Amino acid sequence: MDKILEMRAITKQFPRVLANDQVDFDLQHGEIHALVGENGSGKSTLMNILYGLYQSDGGEIVVRGKQVQVTEPRVAIDLKIGMVFQHFMLVEPLTVAENIVLGSELRKGPFLDSKRAIQEVAELSRQYGLKIDPQAKVADLSVGVQQRVEILKALYRGAEILILDEPTAVLTPQEVEDLFKVLRALRAGGTSIVFITHKIKEVLALSDRVSVLRRGKKVGTKVTSETNEQDLAEMMVGRVVLLNVRKGPAHPGPEVLKIEQLSVMDQFGHGKVNGVDLSVRSGEVLGIAGVEGNGQSELVEAIAGLRKTAAGKIHLGGQDITDWSPLKIRDAGFGYVPEDRHRRGLVLDYSVADNLILGLHGKHPFAKHGLWRDDRAISENAERVIEEYDIRPPVASQPASSLSGGNQQKIVVGREFTRDPRLLICAQPTRGVDVGAIEFIHQQVITQRDHGAAVLLVSAELDEILSLSDRVAVMYDGHIVSVMAASEVTEHKLGFLMLGGRLEDYQGGEVTSHAKQD
Amino acid sequence: MGEVLALLFNTAVFAAALRMATPLIFAALGGIFSERSGVVNIALEGMMLIGAFTAMFVSNQTGHPWMGVLGAMVAGVLIGLLHAVFCIHYRANQVVIGTAINIFAGGLTVFLLRYFFGAAGTSPSVATISDITIPVLNQIPWIGRVIGRQNPLVYLALIAVVVAHLVIYKTSWGLRLRSVGEHPRAADTVGVNVFRMRYVAVALSGALAGLGGTYLSIAHLSRFSEGMTAGRGFIALAAVIFGKWTPFGALGACLFFGYADALQMRLQDVGIPTQFMNMLPYVLTMVALAGFIGKSVGPKASGQPYIKG
Repeated sequence: MDKILEMRAITKQFPRVLANDQVDFDLQHGEIHALVGENGSGKSTLMNILYGLYQSDGGEIVVRGKQVQVTEPRVAIDLKIGMVFQHFMLVEPLTVAENIVLGSELRKGPFLDSKRAIQEVAELSRQYGLKIDPQAKVADLSVGVQQRVEILKALYRGAEILILDEPTAVLTPQEVEDLFKVLRALRAGGTSIVFITHKIKEVLALSDRVSVLRRGKKVGTKVTSETNEQDLAEMMVGRVVLLNVRKGPAHPGPEVLKIEQLSVMDQFGHGKVNGVDLSVRSGEVLGIAGVEGNGQSELVEAIAGLRKTAAGKIHLGGQDITDWSPLKIRDAGFGYVPEDRHRRGLVLDYSVADNLILGLHGKHPFAKHGLWRDDRAISENAERVIEEYDIRPPVASQPASSLSGGNQQKIVVGREFTRDPRLLICAQPTRGVDVGAIEFIHQQVITQRDHGAAVLLVSAELDEILSLSDRVAVMYDGHIVSVMAASEVTEHKLGFLMLGGRLEDYQGGEVTSHAKQD
Repeated sequence: MGEVLALLFNTAVFAAALRMATPLIFAALGGIFSERSGVVNIALEGMMLIGAFTAMFVSNQTGHPWMGVLGAMVAGVLIGLLHAVFCIHYRANQVVIGTAINIFAGGLTVFLLRYFFGAAGTSPSVATISDITIPVLNQIPWIGRVIGRQNPLVYLALIAVVVAHLVIYKTSWGLRLRSVGEHPRAADTVGVNVFRMRYVAVALSGALAGLGGTYLSIAHLSRFSEGMTAGRGFIALAAVIFGKWTPFGALGACLFFGYADALQMRLQDVGIPTQFMNMLPYVLTMVALAGFIGKSVGPKASGQPYIKG
């Protein structure tokens, strides 16, 4: 019985929501304690209170047996609490060493002792096996390495309690595996870790205990080995969740999307898509699996008209749509759920109702004479889609920014799906979306397929690819490596192909460097 | 042709360039500190003007020009704090507040000039800071004639550039300054007081801009005249951008603008209109911002108020 931290009856009221309602949480010395819940359930709020970024309205915090008032991050740092934020707290133009020592600088006279800072950071990185170049500029580092800097930053301040807020959201499967290794090593060294996530698989793979929050309240704490996926999903959502998609056999019809020898470059002129051939038929889901950055984004953007092609042809329903404007392509029967809903899918400051007509705003019935808004048609549409797609809270006039990630995504999905597109592209459709909404969105994708849409699904989540696709293509280094019927695919095989293996070399069985965590 | 060439490398032109650059250097350093902390300081012009007036006024009242220097810096700090309170505490739009201060400074100095001296346009002549000769330096051929005998404020400006560079890049305060201007929340989460950093930086910015104004009224000339900064605050701002928010970069830009200014006076004889040379800093700023000579990107959080929590 060795509690390093105890939070009792923590309550936090935000202007419109009760973010934490009498939440109890405790952390044992040297354990990894997963804190899970859907988006907006209050996980981050609770930990931000512990780190001193928010002040609680009620409750108490006990660290190492002593009651404390964490009024600002400085106090948390002094209590040896470190936090790794979802959106990194790194100053990009500064070096790794500068970022790590910031706020706790070593001085030599009036000056910064950068030589010693570099030495100490190098020493620290060796000690914890977190490889890093102290003199590299943070802006030049990959996301995974930046996260390493964040962890070192906490360790440099002597953190014994380490909080990680959704650390895997931005990582590739490979980097997730590396992160887990680091966290296990830290636990072995006596660090106590709070691991915030909404991915149940990660909880099961990593944690010793797990606490579940739902709408600001704690649902319960369990020993991880005594629980399972279904159990945790139900605790998070508050009802029985179908983790498997209900899906009948596909009845593919005529070819809708045909891509021939397509090449696309990125903004620096590097070839990202290199001579891809692809075909999607009406009534089927073609899943493209691949580690991110292998050309999937560029491929999708070229089809959507958001990026110019370098060579090749794209046909939609027999019509050559290569390099058409995005609007024209949409009008030809194209629905698109972009991978980044904030950048491409939504105008966050607009109301839910206005977001639901983006791209349709100039057309009947939402515009009179192509010029004036028809507010009645817009709000009728909003009410219908909000109801049909279960967007919560069901208030059409609220800005999209005030909704949770899952509900924001439902706005995009609702808008694109209700247009009955011939071709539907879903890029990372459930990224940053909670379990309940994932279930819903997956079911809607299948519904679209059964209504005859050709669906192209791009996802970094193997589970998603496997549960939705009728055929699976693997993309690696700008090429489609192979296209298989879903029945021929296993996770191991996909993992092998995603990392650049060739189908003819595939032996089956275990793949050690495989991306999935199990 | 040979005449023009001789003019381009004339030591008198270079010496004048250095003098013209001095007020710009002070103000540009002020701009750098403010913007590095994340506060846009478009009020440099107004701060210079108030500095110029205060320096003249204190010199007039005390008879000591160096007291004028001190007074101008204090006035600059006060105006800087005014800017800071609105921008940091009340999170007002920084460009609007800066513009308001510029207009306010124009009105205030005219009002005070008439109130204290009953004079329209120009103040009476006051005690000035006189030029000094640097013993060894002035013996060096060519260079000696450019830099060997100058106003103490000219030397101070050059020293200030070096000091600013050391402060920004070699001290922990400078590291914190750069972090609050780039990613204030990151600084906050490691215990850096973002608000205090910004207040200090903007106050310092005011002091430096005030110093720049001082040079105009009690070193370059011996009196204050209405609107005597004549857009130099904006040229300093241009130098900040042109110099990519670094002290030495800004120094280079100021020297260049000063050189153009010095040349302009002579070139009038050759037939190039003054107005053309006056356009130069702004044209160059647009070029710099558009990225023709390597994109000039400022501190990321500059212009954005910080909201805790």
